[in-house]
Formats: sequence, C-alpha cells, structure tokens
Amino acid sequence: MRVTYPHMGHMWICIKGMLEYLGVDVVIPPPSSKKTMQLGVKHSPEFACMPLKLNLGNFMEASQMGADTVVMAGGCGPCRFGYYAQVEHAILNDLGYQYQLVVLEPPQKHITELIGKIRYITQNRSWFKVIKGIRLGYLKASAVDKVEQRAYYSRPRELRPGATEQAVKKALAKIVAARTPEEMPAALDAALEIMNGVAVDQHRPVVRIGLVGEIFTLLEPFANMEIERKLGNMGVEVDRSIHLSEWINDHLFMGLIKNERSSKPAQEKGLAYLGHTVGGHGLETVGSTILYAEQGFDGVIQLLPFTCMPEIVAQSILPQVSSDLGIPVMTLIVDEQSGDAGMITRLEAFVDLLTMRGDTPQLKDRNFGVEECPQRMRGHTSA
Amino acid sequence: MSIKVGIPRALLYYYYHPQWVTFFRRLGVETLISQKTTRGLLDKGLKSTVDEACLPVKLAVGHVLDLRDRVDYLFLPRIVSTARKEYICPKFLGFPDMVRHTINNLPPIIDCNFNLYHKGSSSADFYFQVGKFFTRNPAKIIMAYNASKAALDKHNLDMQSDCLPQEHAAEGSADSNGINIAVIGHPYVIYDNYISMNMIKRLRDSGARVLTADHLPESVVREEAYRLPKKLFWTINQRMVGAAYHYFSREDVHGIIHVASFGCGPDSFTGELTERCARNGSNKPMLSLTVDEHTGEAGMVTRLEAFLDMVRWRRNMADAAATL
Repeated sequence: MRVTYPHMGHMWICIKGMLEYLGVDVVIPPPSSKKTMQLGVKHSPEFACMPLKLNLGNFMEASQMGADTVVMAGGCGPCRFGYYAQVEHAILNDLGYQYQLVVLEPPQKHITELIGKIRYITQNRSWFKVIKGIRLGYLKASAVDKVEQRAYYSRPRELRPGATEQAVKKALAKIVAARTPEEMPAALDAALEIMNGVAVDQHRPVVRIGLVGEIFTLLEPFANMEIERKLGNMGVEVDRSIHLSEWINDHLFMGLIKNERSSKPAQEKGLAYLGHTVGGHGLETVGSTILYAEQGFDGVIQLLPFTCMPEIVAQSILPQVSSDLGIPVMTLIVDEQSGDAGMITRLEAFVDLLTMRGDTPQLKDRNFGVEECPQRMRGHTSA
Repeated sequence: MSIKVGIPRALLYYYYHPQWVTFFRRLGVETLISQKTTRGLLDKGLKSTVDEACLPVKLAVGHVLDLRDRVDYLFLPRIVSTARKEYICPKFLGFPDMVRHTINNLPPIIDCNFNLYHKGSSSADFYFQVGKFFTRNPAKIIMAYNASKAALDKHNLDMQSDCLPQEHAAEGSADSNGINIAVIGHPYVIYDNYISMNMIKRLRDSGARVLTADHLPESVVREEAYRLPKKLFWTINQRMVGAAYHYFSREDVHGIIHVASFGCGPDSFTGELTERCARNGSNKPMLSLTVDEHTGEAGMVTRLEAFLDMVRWRRNMADAAATL
C-alpha cells in the first residue's frame, strides 16, 4: 500500500511526519503547478471549485509515482468539500486509475466506520502509537505555523532582500527532518533560531493587512499565487486568519489544547452580521475581518476560489462591515484563469491606497466608525 | 387595514408556497407575492448582488426589490435544513443576511430559522416563531399551522398526480402516445418561466410529456439516491439525483434533460454524477443545459428541438427493430 494525499500548503509536512512515524509508505505528489492544474481542469466539472481541480491533478501525478491509496478528509456539508472524495473517485475510476479511497470524516452511521478506516491505513498499529503519531502531526503543523508567523514579521523588514525566503526553507527542512514527537522541541528551537537570524530593520514603517477567506486558497501558495510573499516584498506585514494547527485543534481535537489561537472569537464576532454558520469558513471570514479592524490593521484581503458558496455569502456582507468599521476590504477571486500580473496590479493598487490613507493625518488617528470614515476612502474594490 | 407580508416568488417558494400562503391567511395576514420574473426584475437583482452569486440568488434579490416598497414585512425564512442531517445550500443559510446587508430601506424581515437538521426538531417551531410576529394566541397559531400542513400535503399529492404547479397545471394534457421527457433541475429554475425560457411549455407544445422530480413520491427518490457512494447532504440535489436515477432505469422515459443554473455549487457535482451515470449505466439520451442571465432563447430552442428529434428518431428505430 502506497498512500498519497492532496496538497494544501505545508500540510504535507505534518501528514508525512504522522504517516511515516506509523510506518506507512507515503507518496507525496509534486508541488501543485501549472501542469497539475491543467490535468485537473481537463477532467473536472467546469463549475467545480478550484481545490477539487488541483486535488485531482495531485492524484493523477501521484499515481505516476506509484501511489495506490488516497487518504482524504471529508465532511457533512453544506460546503462542497464534503463530497470531493466521491466525485474525484468517480472521475479517477472512469479515467482508469486504480485508486483505493479512504475518507476520514465524521461517521454516517457508527463510530466503528472511522475506527476501521484508521486501522486500515495504519495497518493495525497500537492505538498508543497512533495517538503519538497524531501528536507528532500536530506538533509539526504548529511548528510550521510559528515559522510562517515569524516570516510575516521579517519579510517586510528584512535588510537583505530574499533573506526571509532562504531562512523559511532552512527552518522547514529542520521540521521535516524530525521523526518522533521527542525530537520536535529541538527541531522547533532550531527552526525559530534560523528565523530569528534574519537581519531586520525594526523601525521600518509597514502596512498591516489581514488575509481572510477560504482555507485552501489561503494555505496553498500555488492557488493564491504566493500572495504572502508578494505582499511581504511590497513592505506589508500580513496575518492569516486561518492556520493549520488552529484548524486541527478546533475541528479534530475539539479545542482540547488550550491557550492556542482559535476560530471561536471570530465566529462569535461574525454572528453580528451573519446569523448562522454557512459552512466552510464563511462566518469566520466575516468575524476575522471585524477582529482585524478592531486590532487596528490597515486593510483586509478576502481570498476565495471562483464559485465558492460560503465565501460568496461572506463577500456580500463584507462591504457593510467595511463601511461600518472603516477598514478597506478587497476581494480576490482565483481560478484556473488567474494571472500573476493581474494579481500584482491589484495588490499594488490596494497597498498604495492603504499607504496613502495611513499618511493622511486626519485619517491616521481615526476611530473606527462610519462618521470618521469618508465615503470616498472606503476603498471596497472587488476583483 | 390588515398587515401585508411579502413573499418573493423565488427559491423555495416553489416548494412551500401553499403552506406559507395558507398559514398567513389563517392568521388573518394578507400576503403579497412578487410578480412573475421579467427582464426588468432580473436586471434589478443583478445590479444589487455580488457578481459571483448564482443565478437563483440574483433572481431572488430581484423579487425582494419588487416587494420592498409595497409590504409591511418581508418573509425571508432562513432555510437551514428541511430534513435530518441535510442542508439546502450555504447561500440559503446566508440569504437573509446577504439581502439585509446589500439592500437599503427594507421593511422588517421575518428571518426565523427553519431547521430540521437535529433529531427531534419539528417544523412547528419555525411556524410558531413566525406566528408570534402577528398574534399572541398560541391556539390560533396551532390551527393555522395544521391547516397549512394539510395544504402542503395536498399540493404534494397533486404534483405526484401529474399537475405541475400553478400555470403549468392548466396546460397539462397527458398524451400517452407521445414521448416522455424527464426534466431534472431545481424547482426554482425549471418552474420559473422566464429563466427556464418556458422549457416545460415548449416541450409540451412539441408533443412531449414532461416528468419532473415532483412526480415521484419522496420515498422513491430517496431510495434511488441511496445508490450514491455517500449520502448527499443537499436535499434538493438529492431529489434531483434520485429522480434522475429513477428515470434512467424506467422503460417509458425516452430522454432526460438536466437543467443547471450558472454558478450553482451543488449542481456542478450532481450534474457530473448524473452525466457519468448516463454514460456508464444507461443508453438513454441526456441533454445538459446551463441557464444564466445572458442565455439567448434561440440557443435553447435549437437544442431542445435537436434533442427531441434525436429522441423520436431513436424511438422509431427501436419500434422498427421490435417489429422485425
């Protein structure tokens, strides 16, 4: 059995660590690329959202590398992700790929379904070992997130251009190399030390932008065309509303690990504008935007794949949030047609707007409120 | 003057209108239903909705705008779930908020949650919340609720016995000698004469008998949908897939038309599954149509004519083969 799974940003590090610790043979598909996208787009339904197309491409590429089993997460709606595995499997089957499909999701009938699947993948390893493996996965996810957060800080402030990028690569390599939960603290220390070694100018003025939106497009650099790096190089300190470790803690561990970032506050805030969860991260998108406004961020960018249902609901509500709280919001929609230049132009224009706004004295010490925010500077642009 | 409640002629109005209208009438509340879809109404909706929203939502916003200045309350229930462990679609969950935050000068919105997701939940809770807007007398609400439920049940039975809703009913002349065509699509797309461009009437005029998911009792549809690898968590799409599977396996159905609306998330998946079923498990012809706000009528007519010609031709071939 050679197991593969789809890409979502740095998620491969944490799943690879977990499965290899349990002695499973893992095939990691090549990083998502134009080729992956082309393969996926060719065989997917036209209006399916982009993550499905990239997943499909990943599986087709992994199959050439010898993978024969797909492990995926599932769900029970209302977001389309809950039905991804089944549609992808039907497509792969018709194309003649011989894949075994294992979907880890809340069981439909009884908990034994899920237990059986875990036992199948781990080939009946002891539960003690399985739990240690999951812990290793979580520690890796959390370490990766810490490295990324350091990079958000140092990228706009670095003295030598490109220094952060090199440091991130080295730091991630340290995390990938750790094989057991016991090795993780040392690996994390080493990774953070590398990140702290980046020379920065602490007093350089930066613009701060919060990134909100759909989890896949936020996490996968190929899908968002490396928006974090692009913004960082324009002198913007970014913050992402969703991190992998936070998602694991909230959804898989039910918030068991305390004192970590959580999506709870965002959900509570979001209810003021959106009366019900809408699946995916729709409610969190609205809530995080409010939180960013309260924390004094200069602007917010919403990212979503074309036709993403929960984010469209959020997108319709964000202009109201933007004008109520006086924070500029830009929505960027990505799909297989997106081009690099279009993205850069929009980001530059948005950053210019935020910088101008920051330099205008009467706007600088603004309180957040409708009265303080002149209509012409509201700055809601949509892509 | 009695209070006037506006109900947009869009989305789940097409399933629940007998129940809603009866319920309000029994409470002594006047209901006003938005006019039938027109180009102008759709245009208004398009202008007030984000570009990425799907056609039915844009249309529903147009209907809301049509009612805005003419009613005391707007009835936009938040339809979370109409069956246990199922949803409708994320946009239905957020629709009242999408409307509230994009349109100004709205009358008060009745956006109570209709939610049967959890065990032991009942639609009576929803109607109680709605009733409280207009009366404090619980007995009155209960009576109105019971009457409304009876109205819905009768409506569903009528539908199964070949009376398509409203305007379609009168034209329904079942011609058993002709061909039978199953039209699979969201009720708010296929029963809306404007955006479906009179598809049902066109089919009937050319001698075809039209069948939809509403001709089948719910139990049949659900049983068929169990053939899916995993239970679908969108109720309407489960109905669509179940009905499609049923009609694919029925001898007397000669062709199937799948109608999707542009930008509909669930349709992109169930359309794919239906199409794969047509290709692998059946030799019935299937036509897949996508409607959006730009669709030209001529394109639709040509496709329908070509499809019907093909279905007839196939049928004649089959008849000829049988007599040999």
